[in-house]
Amino acid sequence: MSEKTLTIKIDGAEVKAKAGQTILEAAEEAGIYIPRLCYLKELSPHGSCRVCLVKVGGKFQTACTEPVVDGAEIENNTDEIKQIRRDIVDMLFVEGNHFCMFCEKSGNCELQAVAYRLGILAPKYPYLFPDAEIDGSHPDIFIDKNRCILCGRCVQASKDLDGKGVFEFVGRGPEKKLAVNAEAKLSDTNMDVVDKATDICPVGAIIKKRIGFATPVGQRTYDEKPIGSDIEQKKS
Amino acid sequence: MSDKNLKRIVIEPVTRVEGHGKVSLLMDEENNIKQARLHIVEFRGFERFIIGRPYWEVPVLVQRLCGICPVSHHLAAAKAMDLIVGVDKLTPTAEKMRRLMHYGQTFQSHVLHFFHLCSPDLLFGFDADPAIRNVIGVAQKHPELAVQGVMMRKYGQEIIKATAGKKIHGTGAIPGGVNKNLSIAERDEFLKDIDQMLEWSLGALKIAKDYSVENLELAKEFGSFDSNHMSLVREDGALDLYHGNLRAIDKDGNKIFDQVDYQNYADYIAEEVRDWSYMKFPFIKSIGPEKGWYRVGPLARINTCDFIDTPLAEKERQEFMALTNGKPNNMTLAYHWTRMIEVLHSAEKIKELLNDSDLQGKDLVVTGKRREEAVGLIEAPRGTLFHHYKVDKNDQVTMANLIVSTTNNNIPMNEAVKKVAQVHLSGKPEITEGLLNHIEVAIRAYDPCLSCATHALGKMPLAISLFNYKGELVDKKTKE
Repeated sequence: MSEKTLTIKIDGAEVKAKAGQTILEAAEEAGIYIPRLCYLKELSPHGSCRVCLVKVGGKFQTACTEPVVDGAEIENNTDEIKQIRRDIVDMLFVEGNHFCMFCEKSGNCELQAVAYRLGILAPKYPYLFPDAEIDGSHPDIFIDKNRCILCGRCVQASKDLDGKGVFEFVGRGPEKKLAVNAEAKLSDTNMDVVDKATDICPVGAIIKKRIGFATPVGQRTYDEKPIGSDIEQKKS
Repeated sequence: MSDKNLKRIVIEPVTRVEGHGKVSLLMDEENNIKQARLHIVEFRGFERFIIGRPYWEVPVLVQRLCGICPVSHHLAAAKAMDLIVGVDKLTPTAEKMRRLMHYGQTFQSHVLHFFHLCSPDLLFGFDADPAIRNVIGVAQKHPELAVQGVMMRKYGQEIIKATAGKKIHGTGAIPGGVNKNLSIAERDEFLKDIDQMLEWSLGALKIAKDYSVENLELAKEFGSFDSNHMSLVREDGALDLYHGNLRAIDKDGNKIFDQVDYQNYADYIAEEVRDWSYMKFPFIKSIGPEKGWYRVGPLARINTCDFIDTPLAEKERQEFMALTNGKPNNMTLAYHWTRMIEVLHSAEKIKELLNDSDLQGKDLVVTGKRREEAVGLIEAPRGTLFHHYKVDKNDQVTMANLIVSTTNNNIPMNEAVKKVAQVHLSGKPEITEGLLNHIEVAIRAYDPCLSCATHALGKMPLAISLFNYKGELVDKKTKE
């Protein structure tokens, strides 16, 4: 990878970047938060959730997959883009059954935190209330597909980091669903509670059993500061 | 007399927090009450949609039944889940944190009812001008009481926040324990105001007591009837709102059963379904559905316990019991007095707990060997609350049965409505606002969840329709 330094502009501010970096990586190093849900540093980016959408030279791109180009002018925090992101997150909420009020992921949930950060108070689209499967068959891991946003983190982590391929997607379009790579249930796979795939779900779809509400309100990840604050701290 | 000669009066809706209810009265040609029913037509469905959820989620999920006393559901479910995870005894810190949460909850819930919902009736009279017979009227005529009500409720709510994490729908109780202790700073903040809370509790109790003594003849008659009473009591017979065994007594104080382990509640209590209400009708099995119904809540608790283990409340209990020569008090309006004895008891208990260093302990959770079925019981502000669950090997709930406090008081509320209607409506075909309120006063004494929705601003969203025997509408009145 070249060490050549490039200069880009994000919302008019000059940002130094390294050749080969994505826009999201360059922004993050400069202390600029671009909201995201499917992106995870350890995994190869695939731009599926669309939440990190930015405009590069007037054209929409996903910041997690788009490489920096010297002199590029990027729009990130404009009213237009913020509204698109709100709409995307809004749709993620209504496509599932997300009941934050009794979800143990509440306060640690990236979907909820991004929604708060974007200023979503209630979804504007109608709820679809899909029928979704719950899988409690594994002794240590619980799957609640009501909360799955099809980000693909678990599919990729199990394959690339754990070397197991426990998860896969089945169906297309509105019929797309998360499935386990087995005859029936998670207990039929070789998934283990220490696998990376257990840990990286941004929502409460894959959780470790018996943890529940062990962390009191006030000490959860996003109780004090909004999501992205850790990135923005790098700015100073 | 055939049904076609009867008239039916329907009060609908009696709005309640969790849905709707209505009152229907059946009268003969001489306008004598033949039947009175409080129909609870709300349907919540929690027992169904909790199926499949993981057991550790239940104490947080199921408390969404209610926004007034969610702590009761939170704790009853947590007590059941303690047993599901194989824990029979919590650490001292965990049990005392939960008790503190519960006393904070009982304190604020009782205070809300007394100051905001029922005090307008007691201070201004059941027939007073509805323009002043409301919480705003109380605030104008007795501003000091209005302030006390708000500050006492706030104190209880802050205790809930410190123990559960949030004032409403917190997460403090988890299977096998709690998720936090009480910091020294939090403790000191509560200790600053506890003596004031005790003083105001005594003041509120005096209002309820003086009213009952001064209006004893009314109280003896108004919606009163003999009944059985049931509550949890401690092993030594003391009042205990958090834990104990079941005791039921008859109208004279004879024990029907005592020190019953509530895991076996189904051997003693059954529920009857009737086609005119979504609320079930519980009864004591050994007596049967006709006469086996019972009252729960503050009046039942003070009647069933042998003593109260805090000195100020015990003195008041003795004074209360002396009124009926130590026998159970069966007056519906006595609920108010006993509710205030419990407010005082809760304040005393809160003070006792705040001075206990166990609350700063760090040993919060215990684990054990998984079980498949358990019952959690608690004395909620409105009465005995049953949570019964089965959990499968996948940690998912397969069965839930909840008998909530207001359900236990279903028949007593019906009886109270009937009694008031017989005395105050019989022979008076004209429907007055005062009549509407008399019926509400009787229901409100039990502090069912519907009371707050129907009385909060002194505007009871009630409509009464009077039909003749042909089913034709002859008169209709609504409260504006």
